[in-house]
Amino acid sequence: MRMLRLFAGLAMLAVFCAPAAALDRGAIGRLASGDADEQRQALDALVADNDVSALPFLQDLLADRVKIGADTTIIVDGDHGLDPLERAPVALPSDLEDVSTSNSLRLAIEESIAALELLSPDPALRLEAVKRLQNAELDEARLALIAKAESHERDSAVRDGLRQMRALSELQSGDRAMRLAAAKALRASVSGRVREALKARLASEEDGEIRVALTRSLRNVESSLAIGENLGIVFSGVSLASILLLAALGLAVTYGLMGVINMAHGEMMMIGAYATYVAQNCFRAYLPDHFQWYLAAAAPVAFVVAALIGVVIERMVIRFLYGRALETLLATWGVSLILMQTVRTMFGAQNVQVENPAWMSGRVFVMENLQLPYNRIVIIAFSLAVLALVSFLLARTRLGLFVRAVTQNRTMAKCVGVDSSRIDTIAFALGSGIAGLAGVALSQVGNVGPDLGQHYIVDSFMVVVLGGVGQLAGAVYAALGLGVAGKIFENLAGAVLAEIALLVFLIVFIQKRPQGLFALGGRQAD
Amino acid sequence: MIEATEISSAVALYLDDVQVAFDGFRALRGLSLSIDVGELRCVIGPNGAGKTTMMDVITGKTRPDAGLVYFGRSLDLTRMSEPQIAAAGIGRKFQKPTVFEHLTVFENLELAVKADKSVRASLFRRISGEQIDRIGELLETVELADKAQDRAGLLSHGQKQWLEIGMLLAQRPLLLLLDEPVAGMTDHETKRTAELLESLAGQHSIMVVEHDMEFVGAIARKVTVLHEGAVLAEGRLSDVQSDERVIEVYLGR
Amino acid sequence: MLHVAPSPPLARCLYEKRGWALFALAALVILVVAPLANLVTPEGSFLHLSDASVALLGKLFCYAMLALAMDLVWGYAGILSLGHGVFFALGGYAFGMYLMRQIGHDGSYHADLPDFMVFLDWNSFPWFWAYTDHFCYALALAILAPAALACAFGFFAFRSRIKGVYFSIITQALTYAMMLLFFRNETGFGGNNGFTDFKRILDYPLATPQTRIILFMLSGGSLLLLLLASRFIVTSKFGRVLTAIREAESRVMFCGYDTLSYKLAIWTFSAAICGLAGALYVPQVGIINPSEMSPAASIEIAIWTAVGGRGTLIGPLVGAFVVNGAKSLFTAAIPEYWLFFLGLLFVLVTLLLPKGVIGFFDAPPSARISLPFTRKEPAS
Repeated sequence: MRMLRLFAGLAMLAVFCAPAAALDRGAIGRLASGDADEQRQALDALVADNDVSALPFLQDLLADRVKIGADTTIIVDGDHGLDPLERAPVALPSDLEDVSTSNSLRLAIEESIAALELLSPDPALRLEAVKRLQNAELDEARLALIAKAESHERDSAVRDGLRQMRALSELQSGDRAMRLAAAKALRASVSGRVREALKARLASEEDGEIRVALTRSLRNVESSLAIGENLGIVFSGVSLASILLLAALGLAVTYGLMGVINMAHGEMMMIGAYATYVAQNCFRAYLPDHFQWYLAAAAPVAFVVAALIGVVIERMVIRFLYGRALETLLATWGVSLILMQTVRTMFGAQNVQVENPAWMSGRVFVMENLQLPYNRIVIIAFSLAVLALVSFLLARTRLGLFVRAVTQNRTMAKCVGVDSSRIDTIAFALGSGIAGLAGVALSQVGNVGPDLGQHYIVDSFMVVVLGGVGQLAGAVYAALGLGVAGKIFENLAGAVLAEIALLVFLIVFIQKRPQGLFALGGRQAD
Repeated sequence: MIEATEISSAVALYLDDVQVAFDGFRALRGLSLSIDVGELRCVIGPNGAGKTTMMDVITGKTRPDAGLVYFGRSLDLTRMSEPQIAAAGIGRKFQKPTVFEHLTVFENLELAVKADKSVRASLFRRISGEQIDRIGELLETVELADKAQDRAGLLSHGQKQWLEIGMLLAQRPLLLLLDEPVAGMTDHETKRTAELLESLAGQHSIMVVEHDMEFVGAIARKVTVLHEGAVLAEGRLSDVQSDERVIEVYLGR
Repeated sequence: MLHVAPSPPLARCLYEKRGWALFALAALVILVVAPLANLVTPEGSFLHLSDASVALLGKLFCYAMLALAMDLVWGYAGILSLGHGVFFALGGYAFGMYLMRQIGHDGSYHADLPDFMVFLDWNSFPWFWAYTDHFCYALALAILAPAALACAFGFFAFRSRIKGVYFSIITQALTYAMMLLFFRNETGFGGNNGFTDFKRILDYPLATPQTRIILFMLSGGSLLLLLLASRFIVTSKFGRVLTAIREAESRVMFCGYDTLSYKLAIWTFSAAICGLAGALYVPQVGIINPSEMSPAASIEIAIWTAVGGRGTLIGPLVGAFVVNGAKSLFTAAIPEYWLFFLGLLFVLVTLLLPKGVIGFFDAPPSARISLPFTRKEPAS
C-alpha cells in the first residue's frame, strides 16, 4: 500500500505539476515525536503530496540529525542547530533527545526519499532514485502510474529504468502482446532480479513466440550479468589477496629473511586489531569530532605496539633458539597462547566492535551487480602501500642493507662492523610491526576477537611457503594467486571445499617445488 | 696423459662432457674425466672450480643437464638414486665430517657395514658374527678400537674424519670419494691418513679432493686440475705444477 | 652384546632389570589392583579408586599413547608432526561409527539411521559406513584408516624430501584441512557436533563401572604393549637408523639406506598408534568432534613429549601424565590461567629443558638447566 501511495503521488505530480507544500510544523512534530503509527501516517501524507521540499528533512531524519528538544524539533549539524522548516540557525537547547526510528520506518523513509527524488529536476538524482526503487515489489495496479511517469521522462536512462520496472510487472500480464513486448524490453537489463523473473516466466509460458523472446532476453541478461559476476569474483579475490599479502609480508621478513618460524605472527595481527579498537575508543571519548580519522592514528599505534612486543619476544625467547627451527616453532606457539589469553583477560573473550569510519562505508557502483565496497578498496590500497614501504625499507635504506647483509652472511656482516644482534631484534620488530598493520586492516573487514590470528596463520604461512623463502615478489604473487584462485574455487564448490582444495594444491605444489615459486636455485646446503 | 688411460685395463669412473648450470651459473662446463680401477687420483683446483659439484653429480645429489656419467662399464649414474649409487659401490666423505654423534663409534660402523639394509632386516635381524668381526677390523684400521663404546660426538675432529673413512670402508666401496680428508688434522694424523690411503689404493679406486699440496704430494700418482668447471690439466704432480696455465690460475688470482 | 652404550639411568630404565620390575609392577597395578580398587573396595575406603579417577586415568593412557607415537617420529626420527591429532581423530571417528550404530533405535528420532543423518534427511548410510556395525571391522578401520592416510601423505612428502619445519607446517595444513572437511555436515560425520550420546559397546551398556574399568584396562594394557613394541623398535638396528636419519639424513643415504622407507615405516606405525588411541579414547570420553583435529590439539601432543623428554621411551608417558594432570587441576580450579600456564610451559621447556623432565633428572645437578645466557646465531 505504501508504494501505491508513492506512485499515486508521483502520478499526480506528473499530471498536474503542482506540488503542494505539506511540510509544516505539525508534520515535523508528528514525524519526530509521534508514535510509530503517527510517524508512518505523516510520512505517507508527505509522499502523497509529492512534497519535494520535505527531502532535506527526511534525509536529516535518516541520518539521525533530527533531535527533540523540550517543545521543539531541531536539526543538529555539528555543533550548531537548524530550524527544520526555515533551516535557519537556532541556538541549541541543552537537553536533546534522539528521535526513535524503527527499522521498518527507516526503510520506508529511504523509499520515500527515492520516490520523491523521481520528481527531482536533476536527472542524475532521478536515475539514482530509479535504481533504489528497482527491487521494490510491483503489481499490475501500478503499471499505469509507472507508464505515466515514463511518458513524462526526458532522460533516456531514467526512462529505461522505469520501462524495466514496468516490463517486469507486465511479464506477468494476461495480455499476450504486452508479455511479448515486456519480454523483448527486458533484454538490455543487467539485473539478477530480471534474470529470475525471466526464468520463472519461461517455466510457465506456453506461447512459442514469447518463449523465443524470453529465451533471447534471458541469454542477453545472463551474459551481461556474467561479466559483473566474474569481475566481482576477481575483485573479492584481489581483496582476499590484499589481506593475505598483509598477513604474509611480516612473515616474509621474519621467516623469509631471518628463518624464524613465528607461530605468534597471527597474534601480532590480533594485537594490531585490538590497538585499532583502543584507538577507536580513545577517539570516541576524547576527539569525537575527528572520529573518522581514528585509523590514521591507529596504524602507527598498532605498528609500534606490535613491534615492541616483537622486541620483547625476540630478546626473551627467539634469540636463544636461532638455528633450532622446531624449538622456535614450539616456543612461539606458547607465546601465542599467552598473548591470546592476555587479550582475553583484558578485553573479554567476546568479539569487540570496530567501526568503519564514515568515509570507508559505502560502495563504488560499477555495474548493476558489481559494487565495490570502499573499505575493501582502501585495504587493497593500504596493502600496496605497506608493500611499497617494506620493499623500500629493505631495498633502499641502510637498515634494509644491514638486514640483508646479516641474513645472507652473518660472519662477514659482523666483520664489517654490523651489530648483528641488534639487527636481528630490529628485523623481528619490523616483521611484527607489519603484522600489526595487517591487524588494522583486518579490523575493518572482519571480526576482532582474541583468536583472530588463528584463522590467518595457516594461510599466511602457505603464502610464504608458496612464494618461496627470502622474497617479497614471491609473496605478492603467491598471495594474489591464492586469493583469486581461492575465490574462484569458492564460487564453484563452496568455501570449505575451496579451502581444502587449496591446501591439497599446496601440498602437491610443495612436492614439485619444495623451495617455492621463486626460489633461487643453486647448491643447497643440507 | 692420454697414454695412461689407454694402457689401463679397466675404467672405474667415466665422465664425459658433463654440464651443470644453476640459474645461469655454469658450475660444470664440459667436464671429462676417467679414473681407473685401483687408481688413487687427486683433484685440485681453486675455489669455485666445480670440485664439489662434480662429487654431487657422481653421487646423484645433483643431476647433470648434459653429459655421461658411468660407473664401471655399464652403470649410468645419472639414472640412479643416491642410495642406489651408494649400494653400487661409491662411497663419499664430505668436507665436514658427518658422523652420527648420538650413536657410539661401534654403532656408526654397524650402520655402515655391508648388510641387508631393508627396513625388515633392520627390525628383525640381529647383527652377525661376521659383521662384528668386520667392524673389529675396521676399528683397528682407523685406530678407534679403544673408543668403540664412546659416543661419536665426543671424538676429536681428526678421529671423526677417520671414523667417517672407516664407515666408507665398511661398505666395501669400489670407488671412494674423499672431500678434503685431512682438513683440520694434526701433522701426525695427516701422515697416518696418507699411509692409510696408500694402503687402500689398489683394492679401491680413490678420488681425493684436497688443498693441502704437501698431502697431495705425499699420496698422488696422478693429479687432475679443475678450473671453471672443466679439466685444465692432468698428469703427475710435478708436471702439473710446472704447467703455465695452472700457475696462472693459482697465482694469477 | 658388544655395543651396550653407557646411558643415563632414567631414560634407559626399560633396558635394565629394574626397568622390567617397574614394568611388571605397572602391569599388575593396571590390570589387577586398579580394577579391584574400583569395583571391590567399598566407596569411602582409602583404597577405593573412584569412577572419576578411572575415567581420568583411562583418558591419560590414551594421551600417553599419543605422546609415545609422537616421540617415535619426533624424538627418534626427528620428524616433528603438527598433525598427529588428525590420526587420533580418524581412529576415534572410525570407532565412533561403530558406537553410533550400536545406539540402534534409541536415538531421539528412533530411526534406523543416527540422529544427525535423520536431521539431514538422509535415507541410507553413506558408502564409507558400510560394515561399521561389526566391532572387529570398525576397530581395524580405526587403526588402518589413519595408517593409510599417513602412508599416502608421508610417501609424497618424504619422496620430495620435505623435511624440518616445512614438513611440520604441511602436517599442520593437513589437520586443518581435515578439520574443515569434518566440520561440514555433508561429509557424513555429524559436522560440528561429531558423534556423541553413545549407549552401548558390544551390546553392553557403556555407562556401567564394569564396562568402564574394562576400557581402562584395555587402554592401560595397550599402552604397555606399545611400550614394549617401541622398545623393540628403538633398540633394533632400525631404531639406530632412525637416530642417524635425525642427525644426518643424507649421510644415511650414502650408507646405502633407503631413508624414505624407514621414515615412512615409523611414520605410519606412529599414525596407527594414534588411531588405536583414538578408538580407545572415544568410548571412554563419549564424544568425538572435529575440534580434535584443530592445529592446537596436535601441537599440544608435541609439548607433552617435549616436557617428558623426547628420545626416551618413558619421557613422553611422564609428559602426557604431568601436562594433562596439570590441565585437569587448572581447569577445575583456575581455568582462565590454564592457557598462560600451557604457553609458559612451551616457552620454558624449549628454552630451559630441551631434554625434558627425564633429561633433567638424569643430568648431573650442575648441568640440569641449560640457562640461555648465550644467544644463538641464526644460520645464514
